[in-house]
Amino acid sequence: MPKTVGIPRGLFFYEYYPLWKRFFEELGAQVILSEPTSKQILDAGVKSCVDEACLPLKVFHGHVLNLVGKVDYLFIPRLTSVSKNEYICPKIGGLPDMIKHTLQGLPRIIDTEINLRKSSSNAYKAAYEIGMNFSSNSTEIRKAYKKALQSHEAHKEKLKSGILPDEIFSKKSARIHPKKELTLDIAVIGHAYNLFDSYVSMEMLAKLRKNNINIHTIDMVDESDINQMHKALRKRMFWNFGRRAVGSALHFLGREGMDGVIYVMSFGCGVDSFVCDMVERRIRQNSDIPFIVLTLDEHSGEAGMDTRLEAFIDMIRWRKLNESNIPAYG
Amino acid sequence: MKVTFPHMGNTYICAKALMDDFGIDYVIPPFNSKKTLEIGTKYAPELACLPLKINIGNFVQAHRQGADTMIITGGCGPCRFGYYSEMNREILKDIGCELDVIALEWPDQGLPEFLRRVKKLTGGLNVVKISRVLKDVTQIAKMMDDFERLSFRVRPREVHKGDTDRIYKAFLNKVLKTAGSSEIKKLIRDATSELLSIDMDRDFVPLKVGIVGEIYTTIDPFTNNNIASKLGNMGIEVDRQVTVSGWIIEHIIKNALHLPRDLRYAEAARPYLGTMIGGHAQETLGHTVLYAKEGYDGVIQVYPLTCMPEIVAESILPAVERDYDISVLTLIIDEMTGEAGYDTRIEAFVDLLKRRRERKNVGEATVLFGN
Ligand code: SF4
Ligand code: SF4
Repeated sequence: MPKTVGIPRGLFFYEYYPLWKRFFEELGAQVILSEPTSKQILDAGVKSCVDEACLPLKVFHGHVLNLVGKVDYLFIPRLTSVSKNEYICPKIGGLPDMIKHTLQGLPRIIDTEINLRKSSSNAYKAAYEIGMNFSSNSTEIRKAYKKALQSHEAHKEKLKSGILPDEIFSKKSARIHPKKELTLDIAVIGHAYNLFDSYVSMEMLAKLRKNNINIHTIDMVDESDINQMHKALRKRMFWNFGRRAVGSALHFLGREGMDGVIYVMSFGCGVDSFVCDMVERRIRQNSDIPFIVLTLDEHSGEAGMDTRLEAFIDMIRWRKLNESNIPAYG
Repeated sequence: MKVTFPHMGNTYICAKALMDDFGIDYVIPPFNSKKTLEIGTKYAPELACLPLKINIGNFVQAHRQGADTMIITGGCGPCRFGYYSEMNREILKDIGCELDVIALEWPDQGLPEFLRRVKKLTGGLNVVKISRVLKDVTQIAKMMDDFERLSFRVRPREVHKGDTDRIYKAFLNKVLKTAGSSEIKKLIRDATSELLSIDMDRDFVPLKVGIVGEIYTTIDPFTNNNIASKLGNMGIEVDRQVTVSGWIIEHIIKNALHLPRDLRYAEAARPYLGTMIGGHAQETLGHTVLYAKEGYDGVIQVYPLTCMPEIVAESILPAVERDYDISVLTLIIDEMTGEAGYDTRIEAFVDLLKRRRERKNVGEATVLFGN
């Protein structure tokens, strides 16, 4: 019987699942994913966390509980940094400890630290340590890691081309090609684990698409463009997400034909409190593009969110209509 | 150039000594007050952590008194504090409160830029003078921390209630009227002997409570509603390991010179939090373990709402509580914190500690008789 590794469907799952899955499978393990986020999962997470934790952490706790009893190992790496000189978030750095000390009856946890702040070669070191749980053959681990990286690159390419993680994982491309004359282009900035978890985001992306809106996310912007725009800040942001969010927001501002920007924020997110504020200030200083902040928490009601979203879209369409009605010679 | 800086507890005393000695023109912002917080809350992002809001309030108030340059420290993550300098700059600019920023942190551009900033502030790069002033200021930070620690021990034992607070307040008033590190040092020494000459009940064995948590809210009496003096006046001896001098000496000086740091707390925290995650989470957990081992009756964790590292610590603290059988109370501070509710929680906690101690005493007595 192969060993089973549980991967909670939360936080960095959306960005790294293909890498992790391939790696474990190449080493002969079987990957088991928690069920998609649901009311039960969220409620279980909320119950097991301190009140002050942010929504994504609560959701993550729920996913861990969903896997308890079903797997031999739980994969909860300690993600300190995924990029040079940058951090992720203090809470994510402390996540494995939070889980271990608050939840009961857990299987073995693989909590190897991934810290690429000083050097990206630490990634392989971490992979090796993780792989040792399943194989004692270093060549095998190296090979598995190489293949996993290929899967990761392929995944990033797909994200970049505008396919959403949901569609990638379910292998159904639900891309509707909207009718040209009605389409809007809207940038949606936010943590992957907020945007792409359709329960958490209350189907926001699907709703936008239904409204004939082309969605643009951080993942679709070139790193070089992000870095270029990020230079507008006097001091670089040391959070990976912060740099990418600010850089891509400014990039979108400069892009022809962008109709609006939505910032999706988790309530209680320390990182967002600064990043969103920075993005908003820069946008307001430099442009009159419609901008809205939508805040997600476990109490946000879908109706309220829908109303705000619709009002935002209507406003943009109305503006567009009026702009194009102004005679060129007026 | 008229310089100002943000408040955090008694740090203004060190800042004052530093600027007096260098002959820098400065404004000490009005002490933290409801007004300061009100201003900060109005302009800072709603979900920013409280220290940033108070910073903003300090700067706006200092600007009204003529300040044109702010000094601020920083860092490069992982916590929000590392970005305070930029947030301050942007927010203040947007509200038309133009202040030049001197960020005393290691810049991305390296040493030359750092030296440029020091030069701008001190008017030159006289190494001998700079190191002398820094030494004096570090000494003052240490003396202040010792003075504070002494007040923690004297307060619960004073015979005439209020003696400690009276001496402490008089000292704070006098500091503002002195100038330069040598005068300030003398003042601290005098106040220390005054404290030592208070009538004390030396046989009294007070309950002991350790204060842990985020540095700003644990150190700054305005934000923590005077928790140290409040507990002291309830007859409790408090202790707090995270201090201004500790921060200067352990984090800045020893780090820069690669001297061995006192990492007992990190060792103690390791089974609970395997790594540094930013802020003072490791200190919070580690000191709680050490307090438990030293026989303290309880620990109070204080932190500002949405503080990331302390939320992690708070989630893990119940495990320490269980493993070491120590009581922990968590107090979360935000601009809505009302003093009444806050006091009630502290009083209830103290009652609990008292009952626990009695039970323990009775328990020990029973064991004795049983033998
Ligand atoms: S980045 Fe924000 S949302 Fe994500 S874990 Fe940290 S605080 Fe929570
Ligand atoms: S430690 Fe807490 S209060 Fe300090 S910057 Fe970080 S989040 Fe803010």
